[in-house]
Amino acid sequence: MIGLGFVYLVAGAFFAGCAVLGIVDRRWANALFHALLALSFFAGDRIGDVGNGVLVLALVATATSGRMRRGEPAAADAPKGPLLILALVIPAAALGGTLLFKQMPTLIDPKQATLVALAMGVLLALALCHRVLRAPPLAGIRAGRRLLDEIGWAAVMPQLLASLGAVFALAGVGDVVGGLAGAAIPAGSVLGAVLVYALGMALFTIVMGNAFAAFPVMAAGVGIPLLVRQFGGDPAPVAAIGMLAGFCGTLLTPMAANFNIVPAALLELKDRYGVIRAQAATALPLLGFNILLLWWVIR
Amino acid sequence: MLVLSGVAVIALGFLLRFNPLLVIVVAALATGLAAGLDPLAVLARFGHAFNETRYVTAIYMVLPVIGLLERGGLQARARALVAGLRGLTVGRLLAGYLLFRQIAAALGLTAIAGPAQTVRPLVAPMAEAAAERQGAAAPEQVRALAAATDNIGLFFGEDIFIAIGSILLMKGVLDGYGIHIEPFHLSVWAIPTAVAAFLIHGARLWWLDRRLTRGAA
Repeated sequence: MIGLGFVYLVAGAFFAGCAVLGIVDRRWANALFHALLALSFFAGDRIGDVGNGVLVLALVATATSGRMRRGEPAAADAPKGPLLILALVIPAAALGGTLLFKQMPTLIDPKQATLVALAMGVLLALALCHRVLRAPPLAGIRAGRRLLDEIGWAAVMPQLLASLGAVFALAGVGDVVGGLAGAAIPAGSVLGAVLVYALGMALFTIVMGNAFAAFPVMAAGVGIPLLVRQFGGDPAPVAAIGMLAGFCGTLLTPMAANFNIVPAALLELKDRYGVIRAQAATALPLLGFNILLLWWVIR
Repeated sequence: MLVLSGVAVIALGFLLRFNPLLVIVVAALATGLAAGLDPLAVLARFGHAFNETRYVTAIYMVLPVIGLLERGGLQARARALVAGLRGLTVGRLLAGYLLFRQIAAALGLTAIAGPAQTVRPLVAPMAEAAAERQGAAAPEQVRALAAATDNIGLFFGEDIFIAIGSILLMKGVLDGYGIHIEPFHLSVWAIPTAVAAFLIHGARLWWLDRRLTRGAA
């Protein structure tokens, strides 16, 4: 069955190509960084948990050595060829492939249909680009590596933060936070409980970078015992609106690196927090809306 | 309480602007040690989770295509397209993209767009071109707003889809308390916030257009 393994093969091949070109260009630190990523994608399931841990430490050591160089700007040619159509090949393949692959669950893992479709779309688009734009054989990898070097070490930050979340869970950070939140509520106050629950979701998400980590904690600390059991709130809106209050927190934190830090690097913003600044004026009123909606539903 | 030391490390690290990767590793170690875990166990848990979440990083496989298209002049082409559409303003463009992203995400199509696939090659240059025509001189902010619009559309669209991760997580957690709810009931409650997100962010975009028009006049 075609699943994540295929996706990791495609991504790993790109990183490996970057590493080889990095050696050719004598960009040693970048090449090492990309080689470690390629190793993770090709062999991550075979080197064991401690092996992966050592791999992460090597990645971090390379990234923080200060020897990685940024991508150098490339001059764009005068536009030629059906560029906009080519640009839509990946989104279109991801869309069409997802719908198609869901119909063939024996051949393609239905849980990973979109990622598999995306990877196939990439291969298709790359082949079309090379053919239609008459790019030389390694031009794709070379141009992709330039963008990857532009993103730099921020590329692995989302994965590291997810791993930090796993350590937090193991250490029981959530139970402590849930206990603190529960203790902060004035007795009998619906509005107080709603405020602590929704703000707690947002704040804990800001710390963890992920509302998924905050939800079980705030549900256990405040949502279920107080909002549902004591004040008789309907569990569906309590859960759904609470999660969305957490999403407002995701918009406000550098810890949500793949949404806030990586795009800033990808768009070559000088301000690392530029995307967060652009989001704050939407996130804060929306958090207020969620609090009022939840209060109105329970009251 | 001691296990919160990792949270303190993170806050302090970001505040003092240390390299975030280093901050994360130190925070994990501090948390693990504070909880009385063996350092090797912390390393193993960290490595295991890193390996399990590779799919997050797999998205960079689109970069060769984006790089080739940019080398071929894609951004100039996207700008030229905007130049041909007279009534298109940066606000209207991004509001349209917001609506598209929310609807696509609500149908479960979360990965068809994103900062690498659509924002950098298409949406950001188009928004910049539209803003330039309206007399704006801050391309950085326009690009940041394009990325922000993508995030907001994704976040406040996807929870309407019944088979998305967060809905399944909520269902799982509630099941653990003996509360059994159909995913549909959870997704219905994502609609009011989705509408509010569109109205709030849309109002900001409309306001931006107004400001640019005034500035040009």
